[in-house]
Amino acid sequence: MSNFNSADIAAFKDVWVFCEQREGKLMPTDFELISKGRDLANELGVKVCGLLLGGKGIENAAKELGGYGADKVYVCEDEKLAVYNTDAYAKVICDVIEDLKPEAFLIGATNIGRDLAPRCAARLHTGLCADCTHLDIDVANYIQFLRESSTLDVDGQKWDMEDRNLKMTRPAFGGHLMATIICPRFRPCMATVRPGVMKKNAFDQAKADACVIEKPAFTLSDADIHTEVTEVVKAAKKLVDLIGADFIVSVGRGISKDVEGGIKLAEELAAELGGVVGGSRATIDSGWLSADHQVGQTGKTVHPKVYIALGISGAIQHKAGMQDSECIIAVNKNDTAPIFEIADYGICGDLFKVTPMLTEAIRAAKAAK
Amino acid sequence: MDFNLSREHQLIRKMMAEFTENEVKPIAAETDLNSEYPRENIEKLFDLGVMGMCVPKEYGGTGADPLASAICIEELSRQCASTGDIVATHNGLCCDPILTHGTEEQKKKYLPMLTTGHKVGAFALTEPNAGSDASKGQTEAKLEGDHYVMNGSKIFITNGYVADVFVVFAMTDKTKGTKGISAFIVESSFPGFSVGKHEVKMGLHGSPTAEIVFTDCIVPKENMLGREGKGFSIAMQTLDGGRIGIAAQALGIAEGALAEAKEYTKGRVQFGKPISKFQNTQFTFADMELGCEAGRLLTYQAAVLKGQGVRYTKEAAMAKLFCSEHAMKTTTKALQMFGGYGYTKDYPMERMMRDAKITEIYEGTSEVQRIVISANMGL
Amino acid sequence: MKIIVCVKQVPDTSGKVAVNPDGTLNRASMQTITNPDDMNAVEAALKMKDATGCKVIVVTMGPPPAAGMLRELMAMGADEGVLVSAREFGGSDTYATSQILAAAIDTIGVEKDDIVMCGRQAIDGDTAQVGPQIAEKLGLPQVTYAADIQKDGSTVTVKRMLEDGYMTIKAQTPCLLTCIKELNNPRYMSIGGIYATYNKPLETFDYEKLKDHRLIDATTIGLKGSPTNIFKSFTPPQKGAGMMLEGADKATCEQLAGILAKKHII
Repeated sequence: MSNFNSADIAAFKDVWVFCEQREGKLMPTDFELISKGRDLANELGVKVCGLLLGGKGIENAAKELGGYGADKVYVCEDEKLAVYNTDAYAKVICDVIEDLKPEAFLIGATNIGRDLAPRCAARLHTGLCADCTHLDIDVANYIQFLRESSTLDVDGQKWDMEDRNLKMTRPAFGGHLMATIICPRFRPCMATVRPGVMKKNAFDQAKADACVIEKPAFTLSDADIHTEVTEVVKAAKKLVDLIGADFIVSVGRGISKDVEGGIKLAEELAAELGGVVGGSRATIDSGWLSADHQVGQTGKTVHPKVYIALGISGAIQHKAGMQDSECIIAVNKNDTAPIFEIADYGICGDLFKVTPMLTEAIRAAKAAK
Repeated sequence: MDFNLSREHQLIRKMMAEFTENEVKPIAAETDLNSEYPRENIEKLFDLGVMGMCVPKEYGGTGADPLASAICIEELSRQCASTGDIVATHNGLCCDPILTHGTEEQKKKYLPMLTTGHKVGAFALTEPNAGSDASKGQTEAKLEGDHYVMNGSKIFITNGYVADVFVVFAMTDKTKGTKGISAFIVESSFPGFSVGKHEVKMGLHGSPTAEIVFTDCIVPKENMLGREGKGFSIAMQTLDGGRIGIAAQALGIAEGALAEAKEYTKGRVQFGKPISKFQNTQFTFADMELGCEAGRLLTYQAAVLKGQGVRYTKEAAMAKLFCSEHAMKTTTKALQMFGGYGYTKDYPMERMMRDAKITEIYEGTSEVQRIVISANMGL
Repeated sequence: MKIIVCVKQVPDTSGKVAVNPDGTLNRASMQTITNPDDMNAVEAALKMKDATGCKVIVVTMGPPPAAGMLRELMAMGADEGVLVSAREFGGSDTYATSQILAAAIDTIGVEKDDIVMCGRQAIDGDTAQVGPQIAEKLGLPQVTYAADIQKDGSTVTVKRMLEDGYMTIKAQTPCLLTCIKELNNPRYMSIGGIYATYNKPLETFDYEKLKDHRLIDATTIGLKGSPTNIFKSFTPPQKGAGMMLEGADKATCEQLAGILAKKHII
């Protein structure tokens, strides 16, 4: 039974990246993954290829992927692929992968990616690692990563320096534990990758022009599709783009005595910095902010240049979503709040008093520059 | 002797602890501050089968035993003694006497109302001139054809202004002393029934306490509960069982106060260390813990005996006496550990202390409990 | 009609979690609970039972104590429980787990009218993979991230959340749905339910029961057979100590603004 094709490791080559599109537009995570895929492909000495499914004309979006490092983009066009549908996408992707045999397949861990990837992994009889925040091939790089991000005694362990398995690191237990996963016996090795984590390369027009577009053959009929998307609805109000923001001002339970006032102060500070407002899980659960503002383990992972936490205690689930911010500033009445343990700068005080003063001080400092 | 709770009792405690944490705790301070009857939570407790839980299935209950009811009251009272009181009164003082002394017709009519019907029950014995000396009640019920005409008033009635079904004690024969008192099932919809003063109390603000007034109140003949002249005995028997609920309530209050004090003292640093590390504090905690453990054993023992159908009068009185005095001591000492903060409404300690006091008084004062205990000692 | 709900007993990672001196997680420091998303799935099934009288079966793969969790779910209203438990299944990754659960569900039997429900993801693994993989193995259409479910005859209409809105998706039964917290508020166990639960049927499926099922491949289950393995695990170190600024007044804010300006952060 495990004479699966997926066990024939030597036959699989190249790093592929699933490039999600919605309404004909590529998702930001596609560029992040192509960039990371480029690094991995370089270490393996192979190509990195995008896999793009969509309606007629989606081919036009493909070259842009080349600008971030893709050697090739496989494009599958069909009106049945215009809007994401589990069965249609899984069929086309699995058929193409069984044909062309990539050794690694990366998918952005969006709501859609997390619906699609496990279905494909099960069909392809291979392993899948979810929500990766770090990927390595080269063992020396991985050891260095461990030195910086763990308390493991890396020198006291045996290492196979020739090991070429993709080492996929991801948080478990709500962020309390990090696990590095490998898929040694089956291919492609699949991973979904958290959006906003991998760094996007600089766009290179020459590379974009050089990118090869290929259209693999596939079959797709109505009989293959067992669910029907009757509508796609965007949320009514303009949504917060936390992932792309350079500056985030987040509020927590500390605003409870004057929710409206607290949010307003955060908005003013965010506006001064050219950033956006975020919230801890408590603020979303209490209905003070909508879910798109949520930063944390079950919200968004962000790493802005500056993350300002107002009245947030800093529980582990929140930390998991923002701890890699370049600069963390915390304002909290309670000097023992855990947030101060990860903050670069802390102010112990009443956020209602401190925030407007901080907004003013920043305005003045910028004007003086 | 197996001191472990059965699997079902353990699940009941787990469910009630979750319910209390998620539904009761968040509104406990508000309930107290605004003297609000926690209507939504009482509805949820009906839905979950807690209100009227000891009523057999055929009448709409779940056939639970007295220990299960005590556990529910205990868990609720850790966070809100008012909610615990409402349940204790409904279960112990209204459902129980109707179940024990009611005719088949009365049970078929009223028990479903008090369970699936979501109607709240109450018990009306106390009068302005008849507190501990319950035999001196003046409320009268005169037979006129197919109904009784009831006149008089009752005070300090728990659930007074929210209940639909009352177990009421009235004189049917003034010449016979205590043997002239009979019990009746009275609905708030009967003509001549009215609710008087809403009592403003020191604590237990979420528990709706009121005066009940009967002005030529028409009570159908078939609503006499038990035989004529048996009212006083029914009242005393009912209070025996009710005492288990109050013991559980007081126990819950003490446990709640102890838990708050432990958490606070572990975090509060004075003189260079958490105050939980000082021996004086630790000795006080030891005494509180000991009293809770002893109170729990006394309460559960009384509940188990009642469930077994054997005499439990003395044990119930001991449980109620012990737990109520321990609740008062524990809440007072726990508040002391909070220092000035304990005296403010930012913390629940002052509410717990105000709530604890009544447990030493109602359903038989501590003095009455001592009479009951010594009366059962062959002296 | 019946609804089969997959549930998992997990450590409560949202509460206090202690880390051992050697950097491993102190699992004993965490309470065990029913996975929160799975509670939403159970509640959805019970709501359908309230409306239609259908049967609800709860299934879990886990060590023997997981039976206690099934009893609690039956005290909420589920009719039957199935515990899938064997040494051979231990250490399974999601591919292996979904294989085993699919075999168990197929053994219970999925009929035309039925629905399989799962939580979106478990709070220990955090993968969200088992639901879709079970669907693939059973050949069922899947709809994930369900925030609203309506059933009309054999058509299930689901509001399926996206990050910035939602899709409305229709599927025919039998199908598999994964549920999220926005779907509902799970009910408590009831007193009547608690008294009934230990009389309800709870069956254990062990290795003998499932090993010959067509969906089980002995070489891809358990710790040794799982396609993915744990290479290393570690707890993230605490970030280096930052700087607490003095005071909380105008001067403090000006000091901070100055630091940010000097570092070209603003």
